[in-house]
Amino acid sequence: MEFALKVTDLVKTFDRPAVNNLSFNVRAGEFYALLGPNGAGKTTSLRMVAGLLRQDHGSIEVFGANTLHDPVAVKQMVAWVPDEPMIYDRLTPLEYLEFVAGLWGIDASQAQRNAHDLLDWLRLAPHANERCEGFSKGMRQKVALAGALVHEPKLIILDEPLTGLDAGSARLVKDVLLSRVEQGCSVIMTTHILEVAERMAERIGVIASGKLIAEGTLDELRQAGGRGDQSLEEIFLQLVGDETLVEAEAA
Amino acid sequence: MFQNPTVGSLGWFARHEFNLSWRDFVRMMSAGKPGREKAVILFLAIAVLITHAIAYMLLTSEAGFIDTGSKSILLTISGCIALTFSLMMSQAMELVTRTFYSRSDLDLVLSSPTNEKRVFAVRIGAIAVATSMLPMLLFGSVINTLAIFDTPSWLAGYLLIFGFGSLATAMSLAIAVLMFKTLGAKKTRLATQIIAAIVGAGFIIGVQIAAIVSLDSVSRVSFFQSDMMLEISPGLESMIWLPARAATGEVFALVQTLFICLFILGSAILLFAPRFGEYVIEAAGIGQTAKIEKSGSMKFRQRSVRSALIFKEWKLLLRDHWLISQSLMQILYLVPPAFMLWRGFGSAETISGVALPILVMAAGQLAGGLAWLAISGEDAPQLVQTAPVPKGMIIRAKVEAVLGAIGILVFPILLLIAFMDLMAMVIAALGIAAATISATMIQLWFRSQANRASFRRRQTSSKVATFSEAFSSIMWAGATGLVAAGYWVVAPVLIALALLVLWIARSFRPEQDF
Repeated sequence: MEFALKVTDLVKTFDRPAVNNLSFNVRAGEFYALLGPNGAGKTTSLRMVAGLLRQDHGSIEVFGANTLHDPVAVKQMVAWVPDEPMIYDRLTPLEYLEFVAGLWGIDASQAQRNAHDLLDWLRLAPHANERCEGFSKGMRQKVALAGALVHEPKLIILDEPLTGLDAGSARLVKDVLLSRVEQGCSVIMTTHILEVAERMAERIGVIASGKLIAEGTLDELRQAGGRGDQSLEEIFLQLVGDETLVEAEAA
Repeated sequence: MFQNPTVGSLGWFARHEFNLSWRDFVRMMSAGKPGREKAVILFLAIAVLITHAIAYMLLTSEAGFIDTGSKSILLTISGCIALTFSLMMSQAMELVTRTFYSRSDLDLVLSSPTNEKRVFAVRIGAIAVATSMLPMLLFGSVINTLAIFDTPSWLAGYLLIFGFGSLATAMSLAIAVLMFKTLGAKKTRLATQIIAAIVGAGFIIGVQIAAIVSLDSVSRVSFFQSDMMLEISPGLESMIWLPARAATGEVFALVQTLFICLFILGSAILLFAPRFGEYVIEAAGIGQTAKIEKSGSMKFRQRSVRSALIFKEWKLLLRDHWLISQSLMQILYLVPPAFMLWRGFGSAETISGVALPILVMAAGQLAGGLAWLAISGEDAPQLVQTAPVPKGMIIRAKVEAVLGAIGILVFPILLLIAFMDLMAMVIAALGIAAATISATMIQLWFRSQANRASFRRRQTSSKVATFSEAFSSIMWAGATGLVAAGYWVVAPVLIALALLVLWIARSFRPEQDF
């Protein structure tokens, strides 16, 4: 079995351990959801995969390439979409996509075709030549997503991509992601919207205090919980309920 | 025992505003890092001691300076007041505009059932205080030294500064409102910021050019004390000397000046505070109109990573008029030496003594600003960091973008110098390159993720970076001037000092993220 992402014994400590011996895999062509309460270490883990943080210990491999030994090869295959869209206010969506294509070294004509397809799909075509400065959060997130997809990554990493999006925009983003998975792309996504994970993810990993505490398909998680009719929300609260309470008390 | 002010009263709002301002000041001075308060206090104490020592040396070396009855002194004080007032106007305009457009807590204030007029009255008053603070810090050492060694009446200078801070606030408010009414909310923001930048530098530059024309010198003090100025200025009985007399502690002049300034501020508060909310709401409605760059389909160009990054940096800079105005502020200071070059066409002394050092200094400062924008002010740092490009290549491309921009800006001036003296041009080019590279390297060592909009406050993020950038530019400027003047033996000392500054800065650089 080919793995898109292989995380082994990952450790990252700031003032306290943020990620603590975390291990999990994402299969090639799989949609994987990473769930956990606030402060569980989801974003830190994904930032290490994307090459934005260096782990203290452990290894990360993307399609067999190690993030520390061959970072450029890993980055060539990966796209990172954070919860806050990272775009340039004074560029238009088309200019932004041209810049991203330049960074990833994509052929200009191919990039142009991809850009127009994505903007059409994300219903941004009418705004393709407008500067992003006046865009709503949803539009900005869609531009960021188009930027992530314009270079045709093999692994897409998304950190809370649906936060703040209206129903229509969220639907569009989900459709685009599912279609990419159908085309063979792998996706790993964190979300607090459990219905999204329930509907979209093939497998779900739950982390708390930087450790993986449960993993599997929805059915496997239900079986592990001992009841076959539980929703993901019930399973999640059962798994991390204490953790959430401890966090709330600490706050 | 102090009583807590009644909730919603002017005093209550003033206390809230003071708390916010104080925390903002501490955060700015400590670069947002907790536990640095003691270091900040120590730094301020040392700065106060040094500035007082300098003020003492300057004042005692100027025999007869304290003869407040002389026209020459009144003229010099009036000139200093006018120069300071232009800076105060610039700052007040910036603060008024920021209050109009910054949302911060205004949504809360405007949606609450409180008396918003009181909030805005306090906020206008706070602008007057904030505007007065910097000149008080700048001139505090001079005022204190004079008060200690001459007469305590010089302490009136503080009151005078506050008076002029109030006047600047009132005038800035009136200008901003007038522009709001005539240009509309969208254009006012940029226009006011550009005017603020020009007002800040314009008067200083104007006086310098006047000094060059009349005295062949860039010294503003010499200009104010010149025979020509003494001749054309009115007699000692004229009302024009009122602020200068107030500064020296003449009670009647002080009361009159303060009354006029505070009366104007009070009128502005009464006139504008009730409508402030309307302006803020109007300002909040802008930004919805889309700015279209090109009609039709844009053709993607095949670019290398390097050129994509450089092109992006230049495009972002060219499209941000506010940043251009802020960056070019430093270019404005090149106007006097350029003017001097033009007047003293071919004069070796003019080139080496004045033009080249200022040119090198300005290039270094400009490079520092541009490097900050390109490196720390990156809008999408995570995008760039996750791109499949070696980190070194990204940094090199950004540095090239900065150096290229500086090259384009200084090329015409170098060309002008080359016509006069080819050797001077070569020396200037080397000095500019050294100052530019030094400033860029310092920004690189002290890079920290920041919003481009906080460009003007970039100096607060690292004191080491700010001082080393300024010192290295000064050293390179001095070395360039000395080499151009033929002092080959002394120049290496300044070059060594510049390199020492760089070495110190490098050894203080913070650890960078992955």
